[in-house]
Amino acid sequence: MSDVLAGGLITPDAGETPLLSLSSLSILKAAPLARLSFRAREASLGAAGTAFGLDLPVAPLSSNSAEKRAALWMGPDEWTLLAPEDELQAVFDAIESALSGHPHALVDVSDRSETVIVSGEQAVWLLNTGIFIDFSLEEFPVGTVTRTVFHKAPVMVWRLAEETFAVEAWATFMDYVSGLLVQSAKELEAA
Amino acid sequence: MLLIYCPYCQVKRAETEFHCGGEAHIARPSDPSKTTDEDWVDFLYTRSNIKGVYAERWRHIHGCGRFFNAVRDTVSDDFLKFYKAGEPMPDLNALAAEAGK
Amino acid sequence: MSQPFRTEKGGRIDRAEQLTFTFDGEELHGHKGDTLASALLANGIHLVGRSFKYHRPRGIVTAGSEEPNALVGIYRNGDQTPNLRATQVELYQDLQAISQNRFPSLGFDVGAVNDLLSPLFPAGFYYKTFMWPKSFWDRVYEPIIRSAAGLGRPPKNPDHDYYGNQYAHCDVLVVGSGPAGLAATLAAAETGARVILCDEQAEFGGSLLSVASASIDGKDPSIWVSETIQKLSAMANVTLLPRTTAFGYFAHNFIALAERVTEHLKDPDPKLPRERLWQVRAREVVIAAGAIERPMAFPENDRPGVMLAEAGRTYLNRYGVKVGHKVLVATACDTAWQAAFDLADHGVEVVAIADIRETPPDNLISIAKARGIRVEAGCVVTGTLGRKRVKAALLGRLMTSGQVASGGQVECDALLMSAGWTPTVSLYSQSRGKVVWDAEKGAYVPGKPVQKERSTGASKGLYGLQATLEDGYAAGEEAARAATGKTATFTRATASGGEAGNGGTLGALPHDRDASRVKAFVDYQNDVTAKDVKLAVREGMHSIEHIKRYTTTGMATDQGRLSNMNALQIASGSLERPMPEVGLTTFRQPYTPTTFGLFAGVARGDFFDPVRKTPSHDWVVGNGGVFEDVSQWKRAWYFPKTGEDMHAAVARECKTVRESVGLFDASTLGKIEVVGPDAAEFLERMYTNPWKKLAPGRCRYGLLLNDAGFITDDGVIGRLAEDRFHVTTTTGGAPSVFATMEDYLQTEWPDLDVWITSTTEQYAVAAVQGPKAREVIAPFIEGVDLSAEALPHMSVKEATFCGVPCRLFRISFTGELGFEINVPRRHGRMLWETLAAEIEKHGGTPYGTESMHVLRAEKGYIIVGQDTDGTVTPHDAGMSWAIGKKKFDFVGKRGLERPDLIAENRKQFVGLLTKDPKVKLEEGAQITTAETPATGTPAEGHVTSSYYSPALDRTIALAVVKNGHALEGQTLYVPMPDGSIPVEVTGTVFYDKEGARLNV
Repeated sequence: MSDVLAGGLITPDAGETPLLSLSSLSILKAAPLARLSFRAREASLGAAGTAFGLDLPVAPLSSNSAEKRAALWMGPDEWTLLAPEDELQAVFDAIESALSGHPHALVDVSDRSETVIVSGEQAVWLLNTGIFIDFSLEEFPVGTVTRTVFHKAPVMVWRLAEETFAVEAWATFMDYVSGLLVQSAKELEAA
Repeated sequence: MLLIYCPYCQVKRAETEFHCGGEAHIARPSDPSKTTDEDWVDFLYTRSNIKGVYAERWRHIHGCGRFFNAVRDTVSDDFLKFYKAGEPMPDLNALAAEAGK
Repeated sequence: MSQPFRTEKGGRIDRAEQLTFTFDGEELHGHKGDTLASALLANGIHLVGRSFKYHRPRGIVTAGSEEPNALVGIYRNGDQTPNLRATQVELYQDLQAISQNRFPSLGFDVGAVNDLLSPLFPAGFYYKTFMWPKSFWDRVYEPIIRSAAGLGRPPKNPDHDYYGNQYAHCDVLVVGSGPAGLAATLAAAETGARVILCDEQAEFGGSLLSVASASIDGKDPSIWVSETIQKLSAMANVTLLPRTTAFGYFAHNFIALAERVTEHLKDPDPKLPRERLWQVRAREVVIAAGAIERPMAFPENDRPGVMLAEAGRTYLNRYGVKVGHKVLVATACDTAWQAAFDLADHGVEVVAIADIRETPPDNLISIAKARGIRVEAGCVVTGTLGRKRVKAALLGRLMTSGQVASGGQVECDALLMSAGWTPTVSLYSQSRGKVVWDAEKGAYVPGKPVQKERSTGASKGLYGLQATLEDGYAAGEEAARAATGKTATFTRATASGGEAGNGGTLGALPHDRDASRVKAFVDYQNDVTAKDVKLAVREGMHSIEHIKRYTTTGMATDQGRLSNMNALQIASGSLERPMPEVGLTTFRQPYTPTTFGLFAGVARGDFFDPVRKTPSHDWVVGNGGVFEDVSQWKRAWYFPKTGEDMHAAVARECKTVRESVGLFDASTLGKIEVVGPDAAEFLERMYTNPWKKLAPGRCRYGLLLNDAGFITDDGVIGRLAEDRFHVTTTTGGAPSVFATMEDYLQTEWPDLDVWITSTTEQYAVAAVQGPKAREVIAPFIEGVDLSAEALPHMSVKEATFCGVPCRLFRISFTGELGFEINVPRRHGRMLWETLAAEIEKHGGTPYGTESMHVLRAEKGYIIVGQDTDGTVTPHDAGMSWAIGKKKFDFVGKRGLERPDLIAENRKQFVGLLTKDPKVKLEEGAQITTAETPATGTPAEGHVTSSYYSPALDRTIALAVVKNGHALEGQTLYVPMPDGSIPVEVTGTVFYDKEGARLNV
């Protein structure tokens, strides 16, 4: 499922109990991982991709993933690079050394946000309780990634599979985001 | 809630993802020290605030974060054009005529 | 048990399931499928409320959401919801309803004296009467008006229900599920387009559920409805929303729907929301909102038992209820005749059909004759008799002269009326469309679309079942094609029967009564009569918008859907201007009353706003800390020990920091990482201070202005490397500083090779402040020499804390030796707990934001937003030192040279010491030169910060005062209600003026 699509990076945090577990919907906390914010102009992308081990996507709202690597388009000069937690320093150093002389900015934001995995046939319904985006597969195919707003909190949504989404929020917003997701999902338990 | 096209993300999104930045194409003087007091006050505060078709700035603050410009009819809220920051201001009269405004 | 007005058979109610309910405490019975209104009528109850102004007895008039009279309160779980329309309240077992606006009871209401005094309540009554004196409004007039007039009582308890929210996108939204709406939905759905169909009623079908004399594809229309709904619900591209009102049409085809999810259930599962707000973005909209019947404005047309003909027909055919046993039908159009025929077919005695037309259609007359119904042509109703229920009606014969001759009296227990039909153009009007007058139809109909929508069927004035179906199919096809480009072929149903009728009238009807003594109501809910509208015109209201506000006609919960056209015709007659010139008032959102709960949605209680907590939060809770809200953050405010109040706790915390050491959570401060070859150049342009020569490893205080020259934010900025800075901002200012930087970077200086990244949440930050700060952190820090020489004040180094990488700042917001340790957020709790345990060993204390404020005030450090208010320049604040004099430009540099910003008499930042060291000034208090200034004397400034200073054992204050810097040593006054407080103007630094304590 999702972990394959996301380069094996977005996986449920084994130490956490599910926030919600229904047959049609589950909400799970994702395990920590290394996140880097990479900013650069187009000329530096090739070198950065080589150093990272994965091309950085240039199509808006798209993502590339390979084993243990994912690169998410966040803006025309902004990418989020994901790697296993323990590879943070190695990835950081590799990109920095490959890009010396190329103007760029690489910043560790691994701890800035947290992720929950929302999956199941009701996942789109649930996201639409707070996000005003058309999540039909035509408009938001698998692999699409975007920042948006969930009720009053800024979030990032990344479609890992047809019915599986990573929802990332800055750490202090996660109680709000996951709390409202769980509350809104409650009606599925109603008789 | 307006529907706004981001020329960088190339999608239409709800207004809640955006922040309006007021009138567009008001450039900060490159050497402010050579600007008269009157011109500086104009730069700071004077805006056309027209009823009709005008160009305004938007930022896709909860998206790609980019500033871009839009031509909007302030009467109907219809957007006539979206374009990237740095691109020249389109001919507003021509756009208005084309849209039958 | 008996429901004396229930038919023998027919209707869509479930006769096998009987329900018990109460109305004003009386136990009654109905059936599943009933509305409260139909169940009351089945029990012979028409009197359901008292009117707004005159407290006249009122009955059920309609069978829909436009109902003006039957507003009831419903009790549920000890709470009461007021002002629900009985015509929309679905019956369930043990439903408890009460009538409103009556005292002591519905049958006997003392407020009805208003009716006798009605000459005192003309149009514009409030404007004319409650004018003077102004102060009487709040205390006298408004409470009286509110208690005497008005509708139901607001609920007393917090709303314990849950309200949901759903965003949705669709290709085609169809509003209304009558014949046109269902046909449109089918046509659009067959193309594969994503379709949402909503209808405010519990059941789909609209008027098709009320017809008895038509067929579709040879079947009863209600069967065609069920088959169609069955088909649609099997289609994955169709969403069906019954009990869902489209109440608002906004820009860019954004439509708001209110879905009532559980209100019709006896014991709803508490996990379900009571209502759900659907916020829909539709590519195309089909408005199939139908039309509603108009009341006839004849004298005493508000008697209970007087209702719309179509409502009578709906109660009969849909709910199996006879609205009376002896029914008079008064009409100006053909459709009401069908109501008479249907009633007669159910054995109801139709005492007469009174048609104001001289020659109603022959075919109708012959059908009536065949049923033995008396027909009176050229006949109007001129009054009604009966107290709480109509007993008889007065008829009048229209003469060619225009006069009316008495036509006798007929006994009846219900009177069905129809002045014709009004298309429901509310949503079209909300979409900013302009309605146009159709003289032939005698109605306003939608003009050209402004948004991507089209009206179909009766909502555009098109009647007749076959024509409506065809129009609906065409509208659905066109909408789908416009939205998706797709088309489809499919079989269309054909109808027989249900032909369109003719006829209709507008305005007040002529009569032979004493005009000064009778009331013909135009707006039932607001008690507006035909006379009131005429009076408004006589008194100078010539615009329909003014007439509306002066008389309140059309301002009821139905927004004039029932009353507008009659009021307009009366105004048009009085103004002697044709209707189209008089215009129509604009329909606004919401279409029907909408609950506050729906709008609030999930934004209540714990989820009103995100609550942002730092990693020390749980520790603070566990250690008795008290929090304060700083924007969305919870920050530790102070840490009281047993027996301590806030003052004592803060005094102890401050003293401890000055004497030994304190621990403070600084995680909430905004953090921005500025990276790139042009990082220093960028900061040079943003901040007033110079940055290019700042060596890596060193920090500098940064002051941020706007281009007008005023202080907007500040913070310490550390240079981590040639091309990397760690910028801090105020807690509340973090988002706006980031946005401002992005704005300049992207739109003014796109050529700079520099990028900014918010790292506010990447790091947890603990500040250790006080003479023992170095000893406290030393055991945990590795990789850095902590000595004053190696790590002087205002420096930054990368190190480790307990093995975790950290950014170690030596900075101070207290004036003491201080360190701020930034670790990745996940280690924040470890950082805090480690240090909290360590400071305890050193006699230290955790401290909160209150002590932080006191400590910084003792040092005269400003807090942006408290000591500044957007009009303070660096010069005003005494911070000219922070400005890089040699810089070519920075944001605000040019602004600072504006004449007003260099003028004399600007308010400047100073310290104040009260002459009496025990007196603490109030923040915000005004400052004057005179001890007792004359009333109206402008203030010289105001107090911005004021505290008790434990270090000085006296009070201190900061203020902005006109020319304050020149006034040092002088005495000013702070006049307060209980006396003027003399103060001495001082410098802003109260403690350790030389800063010796920082450099240890």
